[in-house]
Amino acid sequence: MSGFAQNTFNGLVSGAFYALLALGLAVIFGMLRVVNFAHGAFYMLGAFGAYVLLTEAGVPFWAALVIMPLALAVLGMALERAVIHRLTRLDPLYNFLLTFGLTLILQDLVKSRYGIQSSPYATPAALSGSVNFGLFDFPTYRVFILGFTVLLCVAVWWVLGRTRIGMVVRAATERPELTRAFGIDVGRWVTPVFGFGIGLAGLAGVLAAPMRAVNPLMGADLIIVVFAVVVIGGLGSIFGSVAAGFGIGLVQAWGEAYLSEFPIVSQTVVFVVMAVVLLWRPAGLFGREEAPA
Amino acid sequence: MAAASAAVVLVAGCGGGGPASGGDEKLTGDKIVLGVLNDQSGAYSELSGKNSVKAVEMAIADFKAKYGDKAITKDITVETADHQNKPDVANSKAAEMYDRKGVDLILDVPTSSAALKVADVAKEKKKLYFNIGAATTDLTGKSCNKYTFHYAYDTYMLANGTGKTTTEQVGKNWYILYPNYAFGQDMEKSFSAAIAQAGGQVVGKDGAPFPNTTGDYSSFLLKAPTLNPKPQVLGTMQAGAELVNVVKQYNEFKLRDKGIGLAVGLMFITDIHSLTPAALAGTTYTDAWYWNFDQQNRAFADRFQSATGTRPSFAHAANYSAAMQYLEAVQAAGTDDADTVVKGLEGKEVNDVFLRNGKIRAEDHRVIHDAYLAQVKPQAEVTEPWDYVKVLKTIPAAEAFRAPSADCKM
Repeated sequence: MSGFAQNTFNGLVSGAFYALLALGLAVIFGMLRVVNFAHGAFYMLGAFGAYVLLTEAGVPFWAALVIMPLALAVLGMALERAVIHRLTRLDPLYNFLLTFGLTLILQDLVKSRYGIQSSPYATPAALSGSVNFGLFDFPTYRVFILGFTVLLCVAVWWVLGRTRIGMVVRAATERPELTRAFGIDVGRWVTPVFGFGIGLAGLAGVLAAPMRAVNPLMGADLIIVVFAVVVIGGLGSIFGSVAAGFGIGLVQAWGEAYLSEFPIVSQTVVFVVMAVVLLWRPAGLFGREEAPA
Repeated sequence: MAAASAAVVLVAGCGGGGPASGGDEKLTGDKIVLGVLNDQSGAYSELSGKNSVKAVEMAIADFKAKYGDKAITKDITVETADHQNKPDVANSKAAEMYDRKGVDLILDVPTSSAALKVADVAKEKKKLYFNIGAATTDLTGKSCNKYTFHYAYDTYMLANGTGKTTTEQVGKNWYILYPNYAFGQDMEKSFSAAIAQAGGQVVGKDGAPFPNTTGDYSSFLLKAPTLNPKPQVLGTMQAGAELVNVVKQYNEFKLRDKGIGLAVGLMFITDIHSLTPAALAGTTYTDAWYWNFDQQNRAFADRFQSATGTRPSFAHAANYSAAMQYLEAVQAAGTDDADTVVKGLEGKEVNDVFLRNGKIRAEDHRVIHDAYLAQVKPQAEVTEPWDYVKVLKTIPAAEAFRAPSADCKM
């Protein structure tokens, strides 16, 4: 029983990373119709940024948790203005290739400066212990990640659901033409939303630094699963991306714990789920099919 | 390319009876070309990679300085290529090196599957290959051949040193976690055998996904303390960034406090550097060479550092040694003809900065030498950068490596 609870908890922690990354991808796709392939690279930059801030300027984890998402959001907005928005009117493939190219450039820039070897980053002292839940102990840092991510997702949900900005974003995501027809300037929200999505990726990176290997390819490995998560949740569906993120984290953790004799199954379970979902609901669990023209 | 056509012209010149020296051609193209084929951008680029090319260049400079005008030639160059750890790329790059770049000897080649391909190419082209970076014992087993030598280390050496000693000194019950592909499976088998031989037992083992895209090992680490009987040692066979993930999470779940020690199958000094000694303090592993072991190693490490800015891993030192021993063999033979050089190398006993009590075995071309059981120092005992381990004991050459395998038929 305690084993099951521990594995469940772990699944939720992995899911927290998927949710943060998928949420960013979903808002960007919804607003810009851009599949941001560079999302993993920004996650990596978040983690590396935390490492560089700590080793070269002595900036602690807590400060990095604020600085890096903001800095990357600004970088994201600059990129959106400089290149991405120029291609949004063309076939989506153009931006797909552009962001893929960006990924390679960012990875190689980091590689040429810091090498391929993983860089050390210690868990912040205040969170290095473990919490006793009666049935089992769990590392404090993981409890923190889970709590923090859930709070953040609730905050995003509140902003989208209860504020005017959120209303515009939701409207523009679901019916961009109609929203424009009401005289709302959708364009001015595109850049901040892109920056926000990138900021979330950077935040996930900072959170990952103490528990994952920090190296230039850390995002490239993870992003494939995140794309599967987004597809399962429904492209562009904000609630779907978060729910699917946590759900896939759970499925993976249970798969690894209880199907470890069948490594082929536990390694592919995410993609099997994706295939089944696509056959059953082509728009994803929470996505809406495009209205026929 | 320019070098290759110049070589053709030179050879043609000789054929025409031009140069006064004339007579038999001692060296193909009147020069020696060493080829370093390894990972120059991926997971193994730091532990070997471009700095191994530097090490080979150091060997060439030392060789020229030693023999001066008596050197068989002053024209010794290095060719390099990135095989990206892919067997098919390694295969075509090796063929290109031998056929078009005039390479006499290929060095390094990490990644076992790639190394086995290059061994086949060497056999087919009848050209020399000194493997350093790959661990599979098949190179001196069923895939051995006349032109391939295995330097540095192999899975038997790692398992024998770490598996045996840890079982005797830390605990008899093991839980083994390995990456589920050729290298990991080979390591798991070698370790299980060594543990059983030392009187221990493997109470659980799991193949983790490879590559592990999620970077998460918590389900395995949570399982370890629940096994019955409870393991006293977690043996991780992961390498590079995956090893970093396992160790970070091992510390996060505080398995050491729960009475489960850590043993690492394969670790390079560069891994300790990225994890920090604090994260690994007390971990034992088998090392093929350590830069701060004695004065001779340290002197080499100082020269290496001034050339590269970093301390050498055992792979760097082994590349230096392998290049040097090849040049010495060519000098002694007076030719770079592969068959003649092989005859000179077989059975030779060698001592240099890397090879202590070294011997190039004729039976299977395993280059045996002393290995070292090492332990990562606690942070408080680290007094200078990169000085992260202490050597607990020297494993004599004859014990460090397996006896020649019956599978090897030259």
